[in-house]
Amino acid sequence: MSANNTAMAVRYKNNFLKELEDQAEMGEWIKMCMQCGVCAGSCPTNFHPGWDHPPQEIFMMVRAGRREEVLTSNSMWMCTSCYNCYVRCPRKLPITHIMHGIANYAHRLGVAPKLQPTRNFGKIFWNNAAKTGRVNEVMLTVDLYFRNAEGKFDLMAGIKKALEMQSIAIGLVKAGRLNPLELFGGHKCKDQKGIQAMLKKARELEETRKALKAA
Amino acid sequence: MSATMAEKKHAAYICSGCELGARLDVAALVKTATKDGKMPLVREHAFLCSAEGVAMIQNDIDNEGVTHAAICACSRRSKTEAFNFPATAVSRGNLREGVIWVRPDTEEARETTQEMAEDYVRMACAEVKAMSVPSGNPNVGGSKTLLVVGGGISGMTSALEAAKAGYKVVLVEKTGALGGWAAQNYKRIPTREPFKNPEDTGVADMVSRIAADANITVYLNATVTKTAGAPGRFKADITVESGSTVTEDAGAIIQASGFTLYDANKLPHLGYGASPDVVDQGGLETLAKVANGGAIKRPSDGKEVKSVVFVQCAGQRDTTGEHLEYCSGYCCNVSVKQAMYFKDSNPDVETVVLYTDLRLPGNGEDFYRSAQNKGVIFSKAKVSAVAANGNGLIVNFKDLILDEDTQAQADLVVLATGSVPTSGPDLDALNAAVVASESKNAEIKAEADIQVEKLRAKSVLNLTYRQGPDIPHFKHGFNDSHFICFPYETRRTAIYAAGPVRRPMDMLQAMEDATGAAMKAIQAVENAGLGKAAHPRAGDLSFPNVRLEGCTQCKRCTVECPFGAIDEDERRFPLFNESRCRRCGTCMGACPVRVISFENYSVNTVGSQIKAINVPDEFENKPRILILACENDAYPALDMAGMNRHDYSAFVRVIPVRCLGSVNTIWITDALNSGFDGIMLMGCKHGEQYQCHFVKGSELGRYRLSKVGDTLKGMGLEEERVFDTEVAITDIVTLPQRINDYAAQLEAMGPSPMKGF
Repeated sequence: MSANNTAMAVRYKNNFLKELEDQAEMGEWIKMCMQCGVCAGSCPTNFHPGWDHPPQEIFMMVRAGRREEVLTSNSMWMCTSCYNCYVRCPRKLPITHIMHGIANYAHRLGVAPKLQPTRNFGKIFWNNAAKTGRVNEVMLTVDLYFRNAEGKFDLMAGIKKALEMQSIAIGLVKAGRLNPLELFGGHKCKDQKGIQAMLKKARELEETRKALKAA
Repeated sequence: MSATMAEKKHAAYICSGCELGARLDVAALVKTATKDGKMPLVREHAFLCSAEGVAMIQNDIDNEGVTHAAICACSRRSKTEAFNFPATAVSRGNLREGVIWVRPDTEEARETTQEMAEDYVRMACAEVKAMSVPSGNPNVGGSKTLLVVGGGISGMTSALEAAKAGYKVVLVEKTGALGGWAAQNYKRIPTREPFKNPEDTGVADMVSRIAADANITVYLNATVTKTAGAPGRFKADITVESGSTVTEDAGAIIQASGFTLYDANKLPHLGYGASPDVVDQGGLETLAKVANGGAIKRPSDGKEVKSVVFVQCAGQRDTTGEHLEYCSGYCCNVSVKQAMYFKDSNPDVETVVLYTDLRLPGNGEDFYRSAQNKGVIFSKAKVSAVAANGNGLIVNFKDLILDEDTQAQADLVVLATGSVPTSGPDLDALNAAVVASESKNAEIKAEADIQVEKLRAKSVLNLTYRQGPDIPHFKHGFNDSHFICFPYETRRTAIYAAGPVRRPMDMLQAMEDATGAAMKAIQAVENAGLGKAAHPRAGDLSFPNVRLEGCTQCKRCTVECPFGAIDEDERRFPLFNESRCRRCGTCMGACPVRVISFENYSVNTVGSQIKAINVPDEFENKPRILILACENDAYPALDMAGMNRHDYSAFVRVIPVRCLGSVNTIWITDALNSGFDGIMLMGCKHGEQYQCHFVKGSELGRYRLSKVGDTLKGMGLEEERVFDTEVAITDIVTLPQRINDYAAQLEAMGPSPMKGF
């Protein structure tokens, strides 16, 4: 993946703004930012902790060509998709979507921060859902919590977390929101192969479109 | 007029409408007018401003020979159309806004309210006796031609607009072609929807329309070498390059002498002069004109420009005092436009605008957005240096968003240097140099002579006015025009400043400005032709009369007149140019021997009112406070306080004055001598943020009255007995409070010791 990263950097001759315009979802909006900072002022996360740079600063860094710094930043991953900035931006930039677009692009290039919690959860959730076409809650929690600080499988960590959260789990089971039997397979979509073929096709189409832009 | 003087007949009219009858003892007021006012004819009417009431007055004028009428009803600012008797001297007693509306309707207030009303009746009677009907300025000029100095976008617009309105125009341009800076531009900032692309300048079209217009005479390569006369009868000497001079008559003048770009040679740290590839905005227009839509080439080696950096605020908004302190307002839009020159010919050209604040007036925000869409990069940054770097340039700057020092490579750098007005010499500096050139010290004299010559050479109008050859400057060397209310009005009547000579502006603003100035100039020539005043006393027929046999040639009037209306004759007496006069009365206030007066406003019209006020002795516990209120702001504010029923002390007596500048110190001494406990002076704000309709009037008045402290001391009175307060027309609520506070302060001080003398 980092080979891909280098290839893109070379292809765009360090014109990072152009690169994101072509490759990141909604990237064509970045140039329209006028640096007013309403997005930063509106963000309920207050950029604390974790936000290295508020959105308008990210946009400025993109224009200044600070490629690695932006792509490896955890800033975009901190967005909670509340859409406050999106609604308030006087230039009508879809800031929430741009944040996701840049984050996704960094992920695809393999340069996004590895264990960033949002990215980690997103990855696990996607793999879980894409497999059968349905989310398996039990397997999701197992994948998420039975891990150590380095992201490796860790039984003890999982058990510790399970004990910690047992009252929540029991509540979910009682309410019919969590079926322990899901551990052994669980519910699936009727046409699993069809789902996977569809996702594969969608990815192909996107790759082709972006490759065309890069050409 | 002397024939009618003998047949003067005075009458007083007292209205009992608008609750005046219920609140006041009108019969007693009639008695006051008859006995104290000594009016031979006094009538009461229940609705004086009705057709019937007005007809009653008109009948007295027609059949009873009434020449002077004291109308005691509402404020002089109300019902002016009803009480309009042009051939009769009219004074107004303000019983409504000035008395019943500012007093509580209670039994205990009744006595003092009635006394207030009786005083206003006495004052109206006294004033009208001291007045006569203004006969109009006999020295009218007949020229309705407009002289427009400067053939740029402003001057051309003024000329075309005035010609369209049917007036003849003489257009004088210093260079060999019309168009000014606008003609140097490749394109202009867009003026219409969707504000996305630069537009054609339109200069060629205007030039051809001017050439085809029979009303417009154009002098190219010409300057105005002498301007004599006054509104309606200016005589301008126009000298062309060859040296021959033509004299043109003009009724009014529009000075549209424009601007020059701030000299980029003063910015060596930004690389100007060191490399030909650093240009100012004018320089880039030239390059763009040469390219004519194709690739712009840099001056040093003709290479196609692949990267360009625009440096905003180059030598502007400077806090060190070395460069321009102000923002020129148009250069951000110009840089947006110029960045598009590059992007429109080749989207791959790297264009970066480095700004500290983008200021895009008009529809500039749309234009800015369009430039971003075209790929122009805008960075908030402070540029520290531009230097040559091998074959190109390197721009060092601090990125203010990312908070880091960084640099950019560029083939070409454009400096937005802003505008400096071509506004003629600074009159204060010139007058100081003239004084110095009269020095006996040969060295000082020689130096001053050079200075005088240098400053004189900068003159645009070369007026023969005593106060100097041009319009005075205000801030930053721009010509002073009334910035808050009357943007084109200068301190020289019928001479209007239009365009970037009075403040920095872009072409669209300049065209609006020029149109406005043309309209004002037309108004001025029409008023001058009828012997009437220009703004703010538009239509006023009175003018200053001077009794020269009493004049001591002290020159205070000639120095103080805010409008340079007064010259000196060969015998060094003041020579009034009535049509230059705005009727503020500053000369009258300044005159120490009181020989200057207007027919309807004089030392006597106000002085006799002060004398007519009944001042009770110290045992009655009824102080008297005289208020001299500016008629433009303070008096309307007091009227509006009345309309809103904000009560104030019953011990004040208000006399409107044309301007604080017209207040003669004799009124102050007279009032204090006759036992007034205090005097409030209400005038407009002065200084840099002045609001005085006569620009300098309130300032001059205040300066003059700041000297009354000595007089007070001589009389054994406290300094607080004269109180100067700045009033804006909006001080409707606070003004009554200020009056009451002052009344309480005076009460605490005790009665004036001058009472009863």
